[in-house]
Amino acid sequence: MIEVQNLSKSFGDTTVLKDISTQFDKGITNLIIGSSGSGKTVFLKCLLGLFEHNSGTIAFEGKPLKSMGRKERRNLRQEMGMVFQGSALFDSLTVEENIMFPMQMFTKKTTEEMRERANEVIKRVNLGNAHSKLPAEISGGMQKRVAIARAIVMNPKYLFCDEPNSGLDPKTAIIIDQLISEITQEYNITTVINTHDMNSVMEIGERILFLDKGTKAWEGSNKDIFKTENEAVSNFVYSSNLMKKVRQLYLTKK
Amino acid sequence: MNPLFHIGNYFQMLPKVFGKFTKWDVLKRLIFHEIDSLIISSLGIVSFISFFVGGVVAIQTALNLENPLLPANLIGFATRQSVILEFAPTFISVIMAGKVGSYITSSIGTMRVTEQIDALEVMGINTYNYLIFPKIVALMFYPFVITFSMFLGVLGGYVACVYGGFSTSAEYIEGIQMDFNPFHVSYAFIKTFLFAFVLATIPSYHGYYLKGGALQVGKSSTASFVWTSVVIIIVNYLVTQLLLT
Repeated sequence: MIEVQNLSKSFGDTTVLKDISTQFDKGITNLIIGSSGSGKTVFLKCLLGLFEHNSGTIAFEGKPLKSMGRKERRNLRQEMGMVFQGSALFDSLTVEENIMFPMQMFTKKTTEEMRERANEVIKRVNLGNAHSKLPAEISGGMQKRVAIARAIVMNPKYLFCDEPNSGLDPKTAIIIDQLISEITQEYNITTVINTHDMNSVMEIGERILFLDKGTKAWEGSNKDIFKTENEAVSNFVYSSNLMKKVRQLYLTKK
Repeated sequence: MNPLFHIGNYFQMLPKVFGKFTKWDVLKRLIFHEIDSLIISSLGIVSFISFFVGGVVAIQTALNLENPLLPANLIGFATRQSVILEFAPTFISVIMAGKVGSYITSSIGTMRVTEQIDALEVMGINTYNYLIFPKIVALMFYPFVITFSMFLGVLGGYVACVYGGFSTSAEYIEGIQMDFNPFHVSYAFIKTFLFAFVLATIPSYHGYYLKGGALQVGKSSTASFVWTSVVIIIVNYLVTQLLLT
């Protein structure tokens, strides 16, 4: 579980995040949504410790990030898995080597043991026979699967995803969303997904945090989002005619 | 941005490179990879340039020795001195700032742009050590390249001089042995080690702290070449002043 209390972050005179408090629970998919420039990525990078927040606290299982020493932070990072927007796979390594990389860095496993574990996660994310291919030789959807496999290979406690289905076709995007959701439940991990994809919100948004201009504007689930009267959320979520009709249908059914 | 900011930031980066070390098994593989990319793959271009520039130095010296009282062995002497003292260590280093420096900046810069460095950091890896240290170790083999350059420069001078009819083989060989001061070779290698460190760290700095996209990778590679060359020339001046005067 990750608890965030009164988090603020500025770059020079520009305040990007203002007084955000929330909680990300274990075993469910937590989504951060908001329009471009709303502070989603900065928020995620603060959670990852890539950006130092100016005030407030971020606590992992009750332990504040700022009170952790270098070694503790490094250990915490080894419990985190991250799926980047552009997958961030290592170009010069094959799919299998990319997945084995965290094990090579932090475990004393033999090559055979690492290969065995890599094969397990390759099967889990349905990567087929892509073991010896380079990232440039596989599709965007496959690259996302490799990124997910690399993120979960060390059995992380926390999984962070920055727009995991950007640049993917709707069908592949849904498959990736479902895969993340299944893995979250299966491994009982705390998953935080940064997205502005409405399909993801509707499909897997068990808990949603809506950011608007760096502040928390709304919080709830994908079911609550149909009923919300919040103007900022409505303007964002129901900006397209399709989404307006979906909402109407949902409310009529109710 | 303020050059003083970059100088300060560069010196703050250096201790982090020697901070928490990457696992030896991984580091060893990275070092061998860098030796291949930075040292072995540079031998071809360095050999080609050294051989022909050595020849040009010999021809230029021969053409400028108009006084018949000056002995022909001076061509070999001047070629040796030029190649060992300046051409091989300094000018090959400036060329390497273009070849090796831009490779280092663009490879690290691309990793920055494609979030590969962020991915390493999230895993808890000391990215400074993982990315920069193997390059420093690999470039400690750089004096080997310079030795090669010295030999081929003097050989190029010999070929141009003898086959161009500027002096006899015996005169050239006598010239390259004349008044030989072994300290000049030590001076050249001291410079080379310092240049190797500059060649590894300044381009790495430019790649590591790159901000922006693909266009910025190109711009940073150019900036890296300019600054590496400038620092090499300044270090060359200071070392010469300290060791030879």
